[in-house]
Amino acid sequence: MYTDKVMENFKNPQNVGMVENANAVYKAGSPECGDIMEMSMRIENDVIVDIKFRTFGCAAAIASSSMATQLLKGKTVEEALKLRNDDVIKELGGLPPQKIHCSVLAEEAIKGAIESYRSQKS
Amino acid sequence: MEKVYLDYAATTYLDKRVLKEMSGYFTETFGNANSQHWFGREAEKAVVAARVKIAGLINCKPNEIYFTSGGTEADNWAVRGAAGAYGDSGRHIITTSVEHHAIYDTCRAMEKKGYEVTYLPVKSDGIVDLEALKKALRSDTVLVSIMYANNEIGTVMPLGEAVKITGEFAKANKRRIIFHTDCVQAAGALELDVQKLGVDLMSVSAHKFYGPKGIGFLYVKNGVRLEKLMTGGFQERKMRGGTTNVPLVVGMAKALELAVSEREKNNARLKKLRDYFVKRVTGEIDRVYVNGSMEQRLPSNANLSFEFIEGESILFSLDLNGIAASSGSACSSGSLDPSHVLLALGLRIELAHGSIRFSLGKSTTKRQIDYTVECLKQTVERLRNMSPLFYQAPSVKTEV
Repeated sequence: MYTDKVMENFKNPQNVGMVENANAVYKAGSPECGDIMEMSMRIENDVIVDIKFRTFGCAAAIASSSMATQLLKGKTVEEALKLRNDDVIKELGGLPPQKIHCSVLAEEAIKGAIESYRSQKS
Repeated sequence: MEKVYLDYAATTYLDKRVLKEMSGYFTETFGNANSQHWFGREAEKAVVAARVKIAGLINCKPNEIYFTSGGTEADNWAVRGAAGAYGDSGRHIITTSVEHHAIYDTCRAMEKKGYEVTYLPVKSDGIVDLEALKKALRSDTVLVSIMYANNEIGTVMPLGEAVKITGEFAKANKRRIIFHTDCVQAAGALELDVQKLGVDLMSVSAHKFYGPKGIGFLYVKNGVRLEKLMTGGFQERKMRGGTTNVPLVVGMAKALELAVSEREKNNARLKKLRDYFVKRVTGEIDRVYVNGSMEQRLPSNANLSFEFIEGESILFSLDLNGIAASSGSACSSGSLDPSHVLLALGLRIELAHGSIRFSLGKSTTKRQIDYTVECLKQTVERLRNMSPLFYQAPSVKTEV
């Protein structure tokens, strides 16, 4: 049911943990829906210099988090805000229909983290 | 890579002795058991012999056995058939909140047809609340359906007492209340003597006790009326149309015979192995919980919740190591809600999401169990290190 890319990211997820000196953190999801995704970033001069995740969830949720962090490392905040869940799905080579919400959660966690960064700045 | 099958509650392999018994009925004795000619009569003989054998094993008359396509059909027939046949005397059904979907969803469907259904609660150990049954019985109750053993957590229900309570109420109120039990998960591990159990209807499926898939039966006590589910030919005393699947019927009878004769030996071995597994996992991994009573439980079942992590990711990690189990997590079923059984126990929703059912069987070895425990330890540690719930939990682990 999962693509090789999903399984690869599930087996060896990239960027797991909490970024030291993070200035953008957000937790999306809830235990009720079975997925919680926490994104942390270090943003300097509007560039994401470091990004990590922690996820409670299924293989698709873990793979989506891992893929999203890989896509965003080194990107500007503006570029990060343009990331859509479809981009994550595409990079993973597809997700089963009932797992699309995992990629939506990744998008939500990223937006939330950037919002937290911006609200601190202003 | 080592392959370890710990999903015997989902299905079993076919015992080779059963396959041998069946083999002649595919290509040689292939006749339609309803045909008048020699080919048909030979097939009919095998069907009669299988029916007699099964009847002996569950202590009923041969004409009380009705072959079906499996447990789901038997369950559907019991609920729809009995509720329909006795619908004139009432429209109330009682079942439990932990039934298999074959009963649970059928009862939901009956609600749409104007029946009222009471779903009895279970206690936190997964055993049905008999006090609730006493209160639920009404003057318009027509059917009570309570499973003998639960498919997810393996708990064994106090069937005898439930039958007694129902019977006493029916007698006092001069009513006929049909008692059905889903024995799909119990068959093989527990004695299915319908006289001792005192039930009117009982569903069984062959592939749970090393028999073939696609065959089961419904025991229908003589005198109990049922509406037909399958209309068609004259098979099963005109109650269930469809050409009799001779090799599968023969296989089911053989499988049940073996299960009964080897039950004590198998149960003792499985219980020892299962208890060893549970003891190691709960002893060597923190924050693991056993779901359901350990005393009133099938010897093959271990249902465990691993705190802070989600079931499907545990399953896939185990699968990468060649280990097959199953999960009550929502993510493996395609819905967002975790297992209705685990929620009925009152389990916290994260724990319901983090549950795994391991079910042992005839080929399970201690070496396989040891391998599984080692893989589980690694898997749980790996996934917890990724989980935000693990890090925020008090007195578990602090930020590095």
